[in-house]
Amino acid sequence: MKSCLVVDDSRVVRKVARRIVEDLGFTAIEAEDGSVALSECEKAMPFCILLDWNMPNMSGIDFLKALRAMPEGKEPKVIFCTTENDMAFIQEALAAGADEYIMKPFDSDIVQTKFEQVGIV
Amino acid sequence: MAFSSDDFKLYQILLFKESGLSIKEDKAYLLESRMNSLIKKLDIPDTATLTAKVKAGDVTVKKEVVEAMTTNETFFFRDMHPFDKFRDVVLPKIFENKPVGSTIRIWCAACSSGQEPYSLAIILKENAAKFAGYNFEIIATDLSDDILDTAKAAKYSQFEVQRGMPITLLVKYFKQEGTDWLLNDDIKSMVKFEKFNLLDPMTKYGTLDIVFCRNVLIYFAAETKSMVLSELYQRIAKHGFLFLGGAETVVGVTDKFKLMEGERGLYIPHDSVYL
Ligand SMILES: C[S@@+](CC[C@H](N)C(=O)[O-])C[C@H]1O[C@@H](n2cnc3c(N)ncnc32)[C@H](O)[C@@H]1O
Repeated sequence: MKSCLVVDDSRVVRKVARRIVEDLGFTAIEAEDGSVALSECEKAMPFCILLDWNMPNMSGIDFLKALRAMPEGKEPKVIFCTTENDMAFIQEALAAGADEYIMKPFDSDIVQTKFEQVGIV
Repeated sequence: MAFSSDDFKLYQILLFKESGLSIKEDKAYLLESRMNSLIKKLDIPDTATLTAKVKAGDVTVKKEVVEAMTTNETFFFRDMHPFDKFRDVVLPKIFENKPVGSTIRIWCAACSSGQEPYSLAIILKENAAKFAGYNFEIIATDLSDDILDTAKAAKYSQFEVQRGMPITLLVKYFKQEGTDWLLNDDIKSMVKFEKFNLLDPMTKYGTLDIVFCRNVLIYFAAETKSMVLSELYQRIAKHGFLFLGGAETVVGVTDKFKLMEGERGLYIPHDSVYL
């Protein structure tokens, strides 16, 4: 089964997101910040990543830049999922190699549509 | 307050005559909840007063009742598949059948708050180089004045844009206004909105190359569906196409259209040039 790495410092959000991606047929792996996420990617590159922006230790955007610099780091589809809803943030994310962008609050329909749009479901 | 069965019939007939909407007794709860919202909007004390106004033939109230019962749910690039087909199958086929320099006429016949015609306009803009040499006209119509105002304003909530608008296109074609997103004028100006009831004669629309009539016939009774489809048949060129909603079909409703071989939701006239 394809894996989806869910990166968010909120346990509640991770739980909600886990349920949604599992319903879409992925196995979920959780990480509570960018640096934990990065070590998960070093262990095994996930198929896709649902990524929060503001997190302790390492932010989502810093994680994304580090990921895209890794060998095979261009492979996973990365979908931001954050309360940052300003155009400037969205543009920064796209420039850093994000594939899609979800502005919180989100629901399963939105996640599903975005996953369809990047071609992973 | 619940409607008596006579009152329910009164609304049922009104809706059927004015908009084609067919509601059965099991939808009485829907009528009640929508009418309860409507009396607040119109500042009418109770539904009995509303019913009295309908009985008296109050034109404004009748129009409000009809509009209040419409379902306006829609989103950008709804179901995706039809929009891919529009770009990859339908337009190339029409190009083969129309001289360069001519105008390709597209009609969204129940456009709700505008997401469907605007999605088409964005596709045309994104592929402008590929489609150069042709002109495009997008006419978008709906029965409801309120929803047409929303469509013309082209301002969408975060929730609405997220249901379908890819992020790269959002960034490219929208301006942020607080938590809302305003569509750019160059896309807005590609769509002409107009009020039109699908039950009315369609002759004024001339000949169309492509018609989107999605997710509206499902609310109609079989006879109404077949009547609307016959009218649409008169309007669609022999090289033209009709898109219906994902849950809609012509099977058992009309023989004027046929499903395009292997293309879900895409219909062609029964005497199409493609047959
Ligand atoms: C569910 S929306 C469909 C919007 C869009 N075509 C889509 O598929 O997403 C249905 C729309 O049909 C409109 N409608 C209902 N009855 C109509 C009629 N008799 N003539 C024109 N529009 C009508 C409603 O106002 C509503 O906006």
